[in-house]
Amino acid sequence: MDISIVLIVLLVGALVTYLSGNKFASKTALISSIAAFGATIISLNAFQNGEDLDVNLPWISQLNINFALHVDGLSLVMLVLTTGLLPLIILSGFITKFENSKSIYALMLFMGFAMAGTFLASDGFLYYIFWEIALIPIYFIALNWGNGDVEERKKAILKFFIYTFAGSLFMLLAFIYLYTKGGSFDITKLYALQLTTTEKTYLFIAFFLAYAIKIPLIPFHTWQANTYSKAPAVGTMLLSGIMLKMGLYSVLRWQLPLTDEVAKAHVPYIVGISIAGVIYGAIVTLKQKNLKKFLAYSSLSHVGLIAAGLYSLTFEGFQGAVLQMLSHGIVIVGLFYVVELIYSRYNTYEIKEMGGIRIQDTYFASLFMIIMLASVALPTTFNFIGEFNLLYSLFKVNIWYAVLAGTTIILGAFYMLRMFQKVMLGGETKSFKKISKQESIVLIIVVGLTIFFGLFPQPIIDLITPSLQSILTQIK
Amino acid sequence: MTTLIAIIGIGIFCLLAEIMNLKKIIIPVSIVALLTLFSVNLAGELPEITGYESMIISDKFAKYFSSLFIVLTALLILMSAPSYKNSSKLSDFISIKVFMLSGAVAMVSFSNMAMFFLGIEVLSIGLYILAGSDRLNIKSNEAGMKYFLMGSFASGILLFGITMLYGATGTFDVGTLYEASISASTEFWFYIGVILITIGMLFKVAATPMHFWAPDVYEGSPTQVTAIMSTLAKVAAMASFFKLITILNSTMEHRYTEVMIVVVIATMLFGNIMALRQKKIKRVIAYSGISHTGFMLMTLLNINAAENNLLFYATSYAIAGLAAFSVILFVIKNEDNDQIENFNGLGKSNPLMAFIMTIALLSMAGIPILAGFFAKFFLLNQIITSGFIGLAIVAIINSMIAVFYYFKIVVAMYTKEPTYGKEFANHSEYYIVGIVATVLLVLIGLFPDAIMNLI
Repeated sequence: MDISIVLIVLLVGALVTYLSGNKFASKTALISSIAAFGATIISLNAFQNGEDLDVNLPWISQLNINFALHVDGLSLVMLVLTTGLLPLIILSGFITKFENSKSIYALMLFMGFAMAGTFLASDGFLYYIFWEIALIPIYFIALNWGNGDVEERKKAILKFFIYTFAGSLFMLLAFIYLYTKGGSFDITKLYALQLTTTEKTYLFIAFFLAYAIKIPLIPFHTWQANTYSKAPAVGTMLLSGIMLKMGLYSVLRWQLPLTDEVAKAHVPYIVGISIAGVIYGAIVTLKQKNLKKFLAYSSLSHVGLIAAGLYSLTFEGFQGAVLQMLSHGIVIVGLFYVVELIYSRYNTYEIKEMGGIRIQDTYFASLFMIIMLASVALPTTFNFIGEFNLLYSLFKVNIWYAVLAGTTIILGAFYMLRMFQKVMLGGETKSFKKISKQESIVLIIVVGLTIFFGLFPQPIIDLITPSLQSILTQIK
Repeated sequence: MTTLIAIIGIGIFCLLAEIMNLKKIIIPVSIVALLTLFSVNLAGELPEITGYESMIISDKFAKYFSSLFIVLTALLILMSAPSYKNSSKLSDFISIKVFMLSGAVAMVSFSNMAMFFLGIEVLSIGLYILAGSDRLNIKSNEAGMKYFLMGSFASGILLFGITMLYGATGTFDVGTLYEASISASTEFWFYIGVILITIGMLFKVAATPMHFWAPDVYEGSPTQVTAIMSTLAKVAAMASFFKLITILNSTMEHRYTEVMIVVVIATMLFGNIMALRQKKIKRVIAYSGISHTGFMLMTLLNINAAENNLLFYATSYAIAGLAAFSVILFVIKNEDNDQIENFNGLGKSNPLMAFIMTIALLSMAGIPILAGFFAKFFLLNQIITSGFIGLAIVAIINSMIAVFYYFKIVVAMYTKEPTYGKEFANHSEYYIVGIVATVLLVLIGLFPDAIMNLI
């Protein structure tokens, strides 16, 4: 058995979903994604037992390109995140009636396939292909099933596409350049290359463009809020829950080890940009009137902190970043689902038109409350562990980074609580239909996961530590 | 040589079939014959005939490019079948297409400059006729006239270049010309000849600044003829240009390289930027074809290992073009109106055709995992290896610009509402060509080795 089984399940699932017709598409998609998750768990188990799950098949012989997948703790954790969130995202699509639903569910699974491939690929070229393919399904999901005015949506989504496409093309150049140096795209061979500082600087910039756009870091973030608010809820979840983690993961896997000394020399600048993103995101969030945009900017702020941890080049930073990627992925899916639940009742994303939900549906309000508190990293939630590590790593680099980033966390708590107050509390203004059991499944799973891993993060830490250590030794 | 004779045999059959009252079987028979020829040619089982002053050689380059041309012609003939349903000149037009194929094959397998010129003239004259073949349409007349005037002028320059070569060496033979090109004691007008030939070929492939005929001619010609121009004619001219450079200028001088780089950049940029503002689909395809020419011209900058890259790019470009034109023919029933608005709502009214068009455009834009991506990748790999990193960045920027206008069509198909009462040309031929081309695009993308290891 090897890891390609997960990819095959997802790809076949996408095909079967498309063929199963509009009526059964959602259920087929759910079953396929759960099957993929099951396959991931089995692989995880096999990996823990020391089995070799790697794949290495020749693909393009003339250029020495292989279909190579490599499994280590880091890639497995990301794979679990992808295949674990996918059923949740598909399940949360159940509250919306999609026109031509077979296509959207097939596209979602296909996107899961591409993202899982990105996390697993150990051949630079294969990695690039997966990275790029992931863009196509999300483009069509956002274009066809998004909300708001068609003309505006088209513009926002085309901007997103061109932006990310442009960034990745520079990454392709970087890969080709590395290939001309070493004659192979294999990650271990690329790691072993001896490059001059100038070469590394250019490579660093090329990779940085691709990843800073995808993550996004300021000043490359302008596509984000518009795309998030125009895309359908499932699309936004895919984007914020998994896709932006592709950028963060790639920083760790490809950019830092390949450009070690340059990365080291630029720690202050890049961490500075990341922290500027944290602050900027938090301040802009305060001003938002649209709930989806609100979450988009708060996400910008959170992701900035993760990036700061990564670029701090400390073990704690890496560890905190990976943990925070997981917890942010889980929580943001929960939050966007909450927004979608409210939207399905009020038909608006405007914060000022909401309020008084708590007295009508306490159960929903409590679940939302826990998720919201997790997002501001209250202790005992999963997010706390990640955020603590991240701040600690910044503290180790320079105390002022930690101070700056720390204050914005207070700001974060402020805007989150204020949002909760405006949306949920107050007297009854509009009637809110209580959420059904089926609708609450996603929320319960999200809450359960955040609290469980908040109390027992050790298994994840044990899993990722060896691979993070090896990356750190590669950077030296 | 045998391939050429077989093609001409098919062409003569098409001419005679009408006299023998076999009009109905012209298209099926010629397609089957071409496909058979394709497989026999690819398998290399044709007996070789030597002699005729050895004006034809069949090396690997000739073999694979002519195979590509044969399969393209077969699909193009199939695609043009609905247009000739009620035409009284069926056999003429089909035989012209087959004869054009013979010209294209001669252009890649010549070993004598006379043969080369013969080939390019056979191809061009066929195109002049076809461009004006919609006799009663003023635009078609204009296109034919324009193309003829400009094309014959370019042919004149080309011929002048060939006479210069003859003047310098006293022969048309390719082997001798190659030796003359690398010898130090060659007369200087040999190089004038090379430059004139370069100018003529830049016209034929529609590279900036000799591209002005392309958009007008593409727009005015009947759509199925535009398909031939943008696929078969373009890649044939490109392959033959490549072959000429390997013969006449294999040790490319620095100054020549510099000029070529300028031409490449200008071609890519001009094609892409002009395509952004077009409202008519045929003009978009024309300008995007110009920018693809720019990409293909990059293979000339380092010809040593570029045959594969050119073959790959030409194949993926031509097949994507076929797929796109099958949809364009399907959508633009009325020849006079080829506005992009016609594509509005195609995703709803005919998802299959919209899908084919999307795949074709994504492939042209160079999105993985389709053939077009690998074409661009191999090309970038080649030029970065040869040290033209700046040029690679320009190419990358052009790929981004291209996304704008390709996606404009995609967006029109999926987000706009269909025009009420819009009728499509529902012919099974368009579906067949579209599906075959789409499958090929995906297959080539999944197994790029199949083409990359050929030459």
